[in-house]
Amino acid sequence: MTYSLFRSLIVAMSLFMPLVSASYAVAEPVRKDAMVVEAPWARASIGTSRPSAAYLTIHNEGTSGDVLIGIQTSVAGKADVHTMTMTDGVARMGVAGAVEIPAGNKVELKPGGMHIMLMKLAQPLEKGKSFSMTLRFEKAGNITLTVPVLGIGATGPGE
Amino acid sequence: MKTVRYILWGLALLALVIAAGHQLSHFLGTDAENVDGFQPAFTLVNHQGDTVSEATYRGNWALVFFGFTNCPDICPTTLAELAEVMDRLSAESKEVTPLFISVDPARDSIEALTEYVSAFHPSIVGLTGSDKQISNAVSSFKAYFEREAQDSAPDGYTMAHTSSIYLMSPAGYFVRTFKYGTPPEDILEDLRGRI
Repeated sequence: MTYSLFRSLIVAMSLFMPLVSASYAVAEPVRKDAMVVEAPWARASIGTSRPSAAYLTIHNEGTSGDVLIGIQTSVAGKADVHTMTMTDGVARMGVAGAVEIPAGNKVELKPGGMHIMLMKLAQPLEKGKSFSMTLRFEKAGNITLTVPVLGIGATGPGE
Repeated sequence: MKTVRYILWGLALLALVIAAGHQLSHFLGTDAENVDGFQPAFTLVNHQGDTVSEATYRGNWALVFFGFTNCPDICPTTLAELAEVMDRLSAESKEVTPLFISVDPARDSIEALTEYVSAFHPSIVGLTGSDKQISNAVSSFKAYFEREAQDSAPDGYTMAHTSSIYLMSPAGYFVRTFKYGTPPEDILEDLRGRI
């Protein structure tokens, strides 16, 4: 009993720790009308010859659906949303195309799931720096964000 | 009365066996463990340019991961996880070798691999080889990879690949897999129980 208490304490502590570190490192949400883009971050790259990835959460607080139709950033010649699917332990990347953001819903781009693939990098993405990225929505129009660059092995916005 | 007592004792024993089994399966995790004791075999080139085989890594536990350096999502996440495991193993890390086997030899030259694996941890060994060597290596682990055409990807293709980490024993036997996203704590706990 003591052991399981101890164990649950450890688990509780380890769950709490990322929250503590996240509280000061996450970028402020950017809002335009009912569309809110939260916690953007990108993975540091090694040079420019290989793609990197960016992640964020899109929250449509409105009463009608919208669609993310394009992404532009000066750091990458090409930026598309890609999907990651796992079938019998095999990871497979696909192109998401336009991403539906249903009314009242959150769409989360995170490691192991959907991500913005940053290709043809114009400059290396260095940890600690940030860059500007514009999301283009069918109805909400353009939303421009500042995306902090985290470590190459980061798994979430607070690292 | 005696029969009832026997039945009760029998039930108690059964409960104990079930509980022990449950604890054991909990301890081992839900991933595949020691399916049939097979020994993967390969001849590949490490990121220093030396030809190596499975025998090179005998004597050490090996954590094997398949991927490619143009992979921006699950490969960096997993390599960072391996790096964390190696850091937290401290002294025991001498007994563990993380191996990153490229499934994309067309793009993953020795130089590309060096640049990539060293960005994560000095202990990670990058392995590449000819198409044939790679496919032999991957199938000897009973793992899977496939080149898939994709217009939106760099060079017009991407690689689908097994995303689990394979644990090999110092004698070179397959021990178990850790599925993608297994927290480093769980891998550490498992390794510390074995080393």
